[in-house]
Amino acid sequence: MRFVDEYRDAAEVRGYVELIARTVTRPWTIMEICGGQTHTFIQSGVDRMLPETITLVHGPGCPVCVTPLEQIDRALAIAARSGVLFTSFGDMLRVPGSTTDLLSVKARGGDVRMVYSPLDAVTLAQRHPEREVVFFAVGFETTAPANAMAVWQAAKLGLANFSILCSHVLVPPAMEAILGSPDPASPGAHRVQAFLAAGHVCAVMGTREYEPIAGRHRVPIVVTGFEPLDLLQGVYLAVRALEAGRVGVENQYARAVTRDGNRTAQALLREVFTVCDRAWRGIGVIPASGYALAPAYERFDAARRFDVGTITATESPLCIAGQVLQGRKKPHECAAFGKECTPEHPLGAPMVSSEGACAAYYRYARKP
Amino acid sequence: MSEPKPPPVDFTGPSCPIPLSEYPQVTMAHGGGGRLTHTLIERMFLAAFRNPALEPLHDGAVLDVPAGRLAVSTDSYVVSPRFFPGGDIGSLAVHGTVNDLAMCGARPLALTTGFVLEEGLAMDELWRIVVSLAQAAREAGVSVVTGDTKVVDRGKGDGVFINTTGIGVVPEGVRVAPDRARPGDRLLLSGRIADHGIAILSVREGLAFETSIRSDAASLHGIVGAVLEAAGEEVHVLRDPTRGGLASATNEIAASANVGLRLEEKAILVAEPVRGACEILGLDPLYVANEGKFLAVVAPAAAERALAAMRAHPLGREAAIVGEVVAEHPGRVFLRSRIGGARVVDMLSGEQLPRIC
Amino acid sequence: MCLGVPGRVTQVAENAQGMLMGRVDFGGAGKEVCLAYVPEVKVGDYVIVHVGFAISVVSEEEAAETFELLRRMGELADQQEPPGPADAAEPGA
Repeated sequence: MRFVDEYRDAAEVRGYVELIARTVTRPWTIMEICGGQTHTFIQSGVDRMLPETITLVHGPGCPVCVTPLEQIDRALAIAARSGVLFTSFGDMLRVPGSTTDLLSVKARGGDVRMVYSPLDAVTLAQRHPEREVVFFAVGFETTAPANAMAVWQAAKLGLANFSILCSHVLVPPAMEAILGSPDPASPGAHRVQAFLAAGHVCAVMGTREYEPIAGRHRVPIVVTGFEPLDLLQGVYLAVRALEAGRVGVENQYARAVTRDGNRTAQALLREVFTVCDRAWRGIGVIPASGYALAPAYERFDAARRFDVGTITATESPLCIAGQVLQGRKKPHECAAFGKECTPEHPLGAPMVSSEGACAAYYRYARKP
Repeated sequence: MSEPKPPPVDFTGPSCPIPLSEYPQVTMAHGGGGRLTHTLIERMFLAAFRNPALEPLHDGAVLDVPAGRLAVSTDSYVVSPRFFPGGDIGSLAVHGTVNDLAMCGARPLALTTGFVLEEGLAMDELWRIVVSLAQAAREAGVSVVTGDTKVVDRGKGDGVFINTTGIGVVPEGVRVAPDRARPGDRLLLSGRIADHGIAILSVREGLAFETSIRSDAASLHGIVGAVLEAAGEEVHVLRDPTRGGLASATNEIAASANVGLRLEEKAILVAEPVRGACEILGLDPLYVANEGKFLAVVAPAAAERALAAMRAHPLGREAAIVGEVVAEHPGRVFLRSRIGGARVVDMLSGEQLPRIC
Repeated sequence: MCLGVPGRVTQVAENAQGMLMGRVDFGGAGKEVCLAYVPEVKVGDYVIVHVGFAISVVSEEEAAETFELLRRMGELADQQEPPGPADAAEPGA
């Protein structure tokens, strides 16, 4: 497959591993933002090929993991209502709320269906005018344009039976929050010294908005793709910048990412969404870190359309997802890891989401 | 062990033997045990499965069974959608059970079929399924000797469920058992993986995509017989990677025998379009179902012979050695990736779901 | 974020709602994809597809350039000391 196989070439991979080893002269801590990057690192085993002096820290880039428990509980309550046709990406189906999950709701008679694209949910709404079709709009900026188009289409078609439960989160504010929280062990020094930024988020939003972050916090930020070679090239560029004391944004994923990003997509995002404060599960409220529907499209907001009463979400006291998502702890450092918390019986989202660090560690048996 | 050639029967042209103008759909009366049930059985099932053991239409069939060890296996088929590229629930109902027998090292003798039909099922759809089942059975050299039909109320049955039970005979000199895998054994795989699961997904609502991929569903007793003839008792384990894919099958072997397994990613074949489909859905081919492939765990001295026997058979042209059994990490399966990294291949807790992340 | 897979555009057309749609091929598996966000796309182009939407057209030149640039950096690194603070321009900036 073009633009895939070239980035999985064994010889090239070895070459970059050696190059990185030759370039490193002291320990560095690098965070990869995105769950997709984490997944590739662990699945290909590339993270273990890196020299020991490089510490990889996994970031909060799993939109499933950071969706607040209240939002999941709200989704479950809506999905359980008769007359509702609840649609979702596959990722969310097994994520547990306080007491249940979407697959269990389905088992008890709820109409819960997996879709590949948000437009499929719009098509369902057209085909079933007697049902209320709800789409669980979870994701980072990569997915926002797709969800925006679904809403925009629904508006154009004059659909009265379509709505979305919006749980969009934005990357740059999360990075700021991580950089802004100092390491208690060494105050004044950042824990994370460089970032591998999410290539597909940047394909949509461009790389510009990362420049002030790099400048303000004096860190190198390298935008990377998701294949093993992309990540290794990204690590190489990050290490090279760190060794040279250089800060700023570099773009390893230039074949798909430009500084300006996708203007057409950004225009529709501005039309359909507004930026709002968002709670990130395990982290807390980060100002201006999410999308909500703009006033002109509020009628498509499932949270307004369905009154499901007050939701009180109860997190497991054992779950340290927040620490894991901020890169402060590794999954196997959690006391419940592999014991009370397993993929069959997850206590928190990072264990059940396919991109979650805890699930990845469990599946690929990562231990100290 | 060659399969008998199927007799020339034409089922492609003629329409359903139950007059559709009278009974376009299956009704509760068809399951009542009275005249309509008999009509259904005689005109449809008997006509399609015609064989001496079935003719008496007694409560059960009496067979002459050769001396030896008897293998028996049962499976129920609920696949949706019922028709998919490369097969349907009828043909699958034969291949699946024949293959379970083959994985015991058995030559299949006979099948039973139990149908649970939902009231309202289109009669000609049932006919197509029955024809397909009959054809698969004929090609596999197996007779359907007895069966059962029930009809359930509309809404209680998802169209049609089929149960098939198979009996077979295990020849002398065959000793396959899940716990016989030994360190040093080679892992042979009969061909490319993930075709079946992807073919099903390609026609499933909400995920449909265009592809030339067809299910690989096929009866494997012929090729298994060839391998057993070539390597006899040195074939330690036979396993077909159905639900849960190669990953689950290898984990089961590792757990049963308490050994470690090491897989070589570059030896495992995946067709390009299957790879493409897995990429866009975010699926790992190792966990996708197969219905016409099998694993053989073979003692090292016999591995090349067994591989040659596989490759000589039409269903095994792409057979390869994909791994080995080791003493290390008992119960765990490791994969060496194409780029040289290693990772654990774990059992999944539930069904693998497409993802966006 | 997220699963974005490169595929080759084999068809481009507006649908009944005036939305630009197309067919994208992934090694032999074809999917219907919304091309509204890549209006400049042509048949034969490669696009990155995420949840049924093309979010970017893949640039072969940039792909080749990045490879080349990094290769040269690697060679340079072999020949000399690690680079100092006032270094060459960042790639792809």
